[in-house]
Amino acid sequence: MEKFTTLVSIAAPLNRANIDTDAIIPKQFLKSIKRSGFGPNLFDEWRYLNAGEVGMDNSKRPINTDFVLNKAEYQGAKILITRENFGCGSSREHAPWALEDYGFKAIIAPSFADIFYNNCFKNGILPIVQNNDIMDELFLVNGDITIDLEVQTILANNKEYSFEVDAERKRRLMNGLDDIALTLQHSDEIKSFEKTYFKKYSWL
Amino acid sequence: MPQTLYDKLMSAHVVREEATTALIYIDRQLIHEVTSPQAFEGLELAGRKPWRLAASIAVPDHNVPTTDRSSGVSGIEDPISKLQIETLDSNCEKFGINEIQMNDIRQGIVHVVGPEQGATLPGMSIVCGDSHTSTHGALGALAFGIGTSEVEHVLATGCLWQSKSKNLKIEVNGDLNKYVSAKDIALYIIGQIGTAGGTGFAIEFAGTSIQKLSVEGRMTLCNMAIEAGARVGMVAVDDKTLEYVKGRPMTPTGEQWDKAAEYWNTLHSDEGAYFDKVVNIDAQNIKPQVTWGTSPEMVIAVDGLVPDPTKEPDPVKAQSIKNALNYIHLEANTPINTVSIDKVFIGSCTNSRIEDLRAAADVAKGKHIADNIKLALVVPGSGLIKAQAEKEGLDKIFTEAGFEWREAGCSMCLAMNADKLEVGERCASTSNRNFEGRQGQGSFTHLVSPEIAAASAIAGHFAQP
Repeated sequence: MEKFTTLVSIAAPLNRANIDTDAIIPKQFLKSIKRSGFGPNLFDEWRYLNAGEVGMDNSKRPINTDFVLNKAEYQGAKILITRENFGCGSSREHAPWALEDYGFKAIIAPSFADIFYNNCFKNGILPIVQNNDIMDELFLVNGDITIDLEVQTILANNKEYSFEVDAERKRRLMNGLDDIALTLQHSDEIKSFEKTYFKKYSWL
Repeated sequence: MPQTLYDKLMSAHVVREEATTALIYIDRQLIHEVTSPQAFEGLELAGRKPWRLAASIAVPDHNVPTTDRSSGVSGIEDPISKLQIETLDSNCEKFGINEIQMNDIRQGIVHVVGPEQGATLPGMSIVCGDSHTSTHGALGALAFGIGTSEVEHVLATGCLWQSKSKNLKIEVNGDLNKYVSAKDIALYIIGQIGTAGGTGFAIEFAGTSIQKLSVEGRMTLCNMAIEAGARVGMVAVDDKTLEYVKGRPMTPTGEQWDKAAEYWNTLHSDEGAYFDKVVNIDAQNIKPQVTWGTSPEMVIAVDGLVPDPTKEPDPVKAQSIKNALNYIHLEANTPINTVSIDKVFIGSCTNSRIEDLRAAADVAKGKHIADNIKLALVVPGSGLIKAQAEKEGLDKIFTEAGFEWREAGCSMCLAMNADKLEVGERCASTSNRNFEGRQGQGSFTHLVSPEIAAASAIAGHFAQP
């Protein structure tokens, strides 16, 4: 996993609440057995005017010019700003894979769905929660936003906002650590837990 | 100190505690073809092996065809679906994981198969790369959906890092009105608390109405906890739970049963246990429900009117209503029971169990679907449910009424196989999500109970039996 320390980028404003993971990456693209290549189909039904299928040449599809990610001023945005309950619905990790593959490294919203929020950290994406008043300000920002994970701040329009993040998640994100390798350092503890556990719950 | 059911289940599984998170031991990992290939690939690339093979059980469900399967996996027309199921088969073989394959009679939707086989039991910690894993909480288990990285983590370590959720009790009391089922309770609750109402919480459903529900009804309810934003939905263990679990293929027997049952009987919230939030609902207020929009919280009673965005004071909500009406091609203030439909889907991990099929068949018996219904599908949750329904003659009732009787799988709930809606088609569906494009791009989904789905198929528009 790539390390996350600071990020400077323009932000794409997606002004909708309750964006679900079916909208982020529609189910037909879940049939891939790979982890990469989902970016061109991120928000597929909003981004393109025709129905998307696996294996299409996306560069030849008609695009919805009204959709924010298709506007010239937001090309190359690595930050997505959006509204309440982002990432609700299905647990598909294809959603953060698609966001990451497209180029997003951070998402700022008033709230996130639990499973999606977890999945972001596993893929080097930083989800940041800010209240509605601050969100309204961020939606009006022109130009770059700077996110500094170390000091937990967002700098936008010469104004600084702080954000909360779990210390352990921050450490893992900043160092690009492999969760499984870290857990396996506790193998002996897991084995000793199992001994007591299966004695007590012997039917399992 | 008195504990909630959730607290009891969590503390029984803690391997190691850190400041804000704990390493939780996982008893059962359910695996299907969509969210596992990348996890197996990761395992292989790192040269790791599954921590405990007996923890896992796999079954293909999302992609399987519901039509003729006599030529097996190699006969699946869609090459990408076929590859995903073949990949599951080969991964399970390679790693030694117990798999119920596509043409096994026990095959079905993972959340139907788990309880049916006794693979998911009270007190267990259960995970699956599928948000509807909350279903198994109906047995008094700690069950929740995870992403693919976590699927790989559980495979490799037998454990998962979890921070504790807050406790939310939703108490539903009183007798249910006629034709009101667990599905209507679920939709009504989501309508009340919203799709983010349960975010950060583990929900325990309690109260006399829940006690009176069958275990299958409780599964329907817990299944939709995630639609209220909660990863976990639970019901305390009672006699009905034990009766449901007893005698299943993977359920303990003899002395082990006695020992297990003794423990399972402790799986309820203690008197005076602290809940961070309590929601009280009077069952008398719940009528049969129909969703009108593109989120499960956009729901009204079957005799209700589609809402009017101009009457909504919150601008973000008003905009959501406008977006939804615009997508779903409905006018504000339309009585929902005048809206005609094109297709009907009875199935999914929410509503495909034998009781659901009986309830729908009861409504459809001796009647016929309306002329405007292009397709009415009944997709049982498992091969065993299909066999049981056929033994009871339900298949005949459905086919004589004009419904199609299919093989088990997720089917049109998310339309990853050939069962999908076309652009502009409107469906009465017993599934769990009415998001834009969920059942096919540009299609319109309305969530209902099996009874309402059957009655609407007969009437040709949303209707009560």
